[in-house]
Amino acid sequence: MGDLSEFSLKVQLFLRAYRWRRIDPVPWTPLKKPLSECRVALVSSAGFVLPGQEPFDDKKRGGDSSFREIPGDAVVAALVDTHRSESFDHSGMRRDPNLALPIDRLRELTESGRIGQINQRHLSFMGSLTATGAFVRDTAPAAAKLLVEDSVNVALLVPV
Amino acid sequence: MCSQAVGLFAAELERQGISTVAIQLLRQVALRVRPPRALFVPFRHGYPLDAPDEPGRQTAVLEATLRMLEDPCLKPPALKDFPG
Repeated sequence: MGDLSEFSLKVQLFLRAYRWRRIDPVPWTPLKKPLSECRVALVSSAGFVLPGQEPFDDKKRGGDSSFREIPGDAVVAALVDTHRSESFDHSGMRRDPNLALPIDRLRELTESGRIGQINQRHLSFMGSLTATGAFVRDTAPAAAKLLVEDSVNVALLVPV
Repeated sequence: MCSQAVGLFAAELERQGISTVAIQLLRQVALRVRPPRALFVPFRHGYPLDAPDEPGRQTAVLEATLRMLEDPCLKPPALKDFPG
């Protein structure tokens, strides 16, 4: 679990040889107020879209670096998995999308007062990106700007 | 690759003033990419919050991310293990 051995030998070899993009320097934003007063957004790389949204492009070389906005009041059961990777088991997150975009859990944390508010939108990516240049240069700053405009304090990020 | 993508996006959010925690499924990737705050979970790919239809187990993972945000002793890059 949580190990390269869960992948095929071909994928393991690719991942061992892959040049991971190192974050340097590492930025840091401390929490500025209690979580019970914070606005929280979710970010998932599970490739979820809602009906009517364009699916992620599973043919794009290097991966599709675009993102979709998922409204904060979205019905979790309506989320559609369009992640292209065949290297992991999709059945759990198809049965319960909260496994990779825990919107219902966040609602419960709001109702209990553990966190302040749910943001008006969450963000969905398809994380199977081998070419990260455009993502780092263009997509990530633009997507982050949306959450800044929403006055989000905290983002929780979930890969698959 | 997903762990790298969320790590890179977490870094951009932190640059723009938003506090983050990125769940990570591969320790090797977390150590190389270095997200600002990362929670390594011992679950297989596709199961970052443990199990489907298990609200308590999913919330336990989220609660661990929230505790990282509240920990004043953490320094970047911060990597913790779940359940810890």
